Amino acid sequence: MYFDSFDALLTMGGHGGFVWSAYLITILVMAAILIAPGRRRKKFLRQLAGELKRSRGDPNITEEEV
Amino acid sequence: MWSFFHKLGSPPWLYSISGVILRWLLPITLVALAVGLTWGLLFTVPDFRQGNSYRIIYIHVPAAVVALAGYYVMAIAGAINLIWKMKMADVAMKSAAPVGAALTFVALLTGAIWGKPTWGTWWVWDARITSMLILLFLYLGVIALYEAFDNKEAAGKACAVLCLVGMVNIPIIYKSVDWWYSLHQPASIKFTGDSSIDTSMLYPLLLTIAAFYALFTCCLLMNMRAELLQRGARTSWVKKLALAGKST
Repeated sequence: MYFDSFDALLTMGGHGGFVWSAYLITILVMAAILIAPGRRRKKFLRQLAGELKRSRGDPNITEEEV
Repeated sequence: MWSFFHKLGSPPWLYSISGVILRWLLPITLVALAVGLTWGLLFTVPDFRQGNSYRIIYIHVPAAVVALAGYYVMAIAGAINLIWKMKMADVAMKSAAPVGAALTFVALLTGAIWGKPTWGTWWVWDARITSMLILLFLYLGVIALYEAFDNKEAAGKACAVLCLVGMVNIPIIYKSVDWWYSLHQPASIKFTGDSSIDTSMLYPLLLTIAAFYALFTCCLLMNMRAELLQRGARTSWVKKLALAGKST
């Protein structure tokens, strides 16, 4: 590692605040774009499964319509 | 060859093959990101002029490069949809927009954070920065325009036209640092001729660029999978998938 102490790693010669905030925000944005599509997909599948099961229990709806 | 294109147009096939690809690509991407960013952040030597602030390069440059590449993906997909009316291309175009917007946002934000200690200002209406801001608006414009239409076929067409018109901005972004030389430095990595960056800094940068490309691919595929399901809500393969209760 380039930095010889934890303090040096944090402050980075005065640039620590800039560097760390840039990395932190980037990682948060990455996490968001990685997590969001999977959540959207799973939520949709859960909702659809719920709808299909409900309509199956309804005698007024024939199997073809399901 | 043709059978491949036929398969590409088949939502269930695309859904399952992208699932297989992601099972491998996603872990590789996360490891490459972790290694590349840690390398750049902790193990490289500081820049002799900019000091440690230059470490932002390992997120700023990959985000900007892939934000531009993502625009190509979106515009080409839009064009394919316009010309051949291929539904999957429309899915790809719509799915690329939020990922591209996020990366453009990261490029602009880290650029601003890097600018403060280096140039003494967060923001300047420099040609490179302004054209990147326009890129962000183009991405957001595509997202908003798609949502504005009730008829999704019309939405796809309108967005594809917007993407193609917005292509004008791409060469401007590339050449802006040469045409209007102000605060933003010109490219340090060149495909032809010598790069003006030391190899000890170049290798981690190339790794993070590759990792960001992989990140874009993963997010694009995941968005496409969600979109494929939503568009196919009335088809039997999606219903079967929902009732099976499996989410993978």
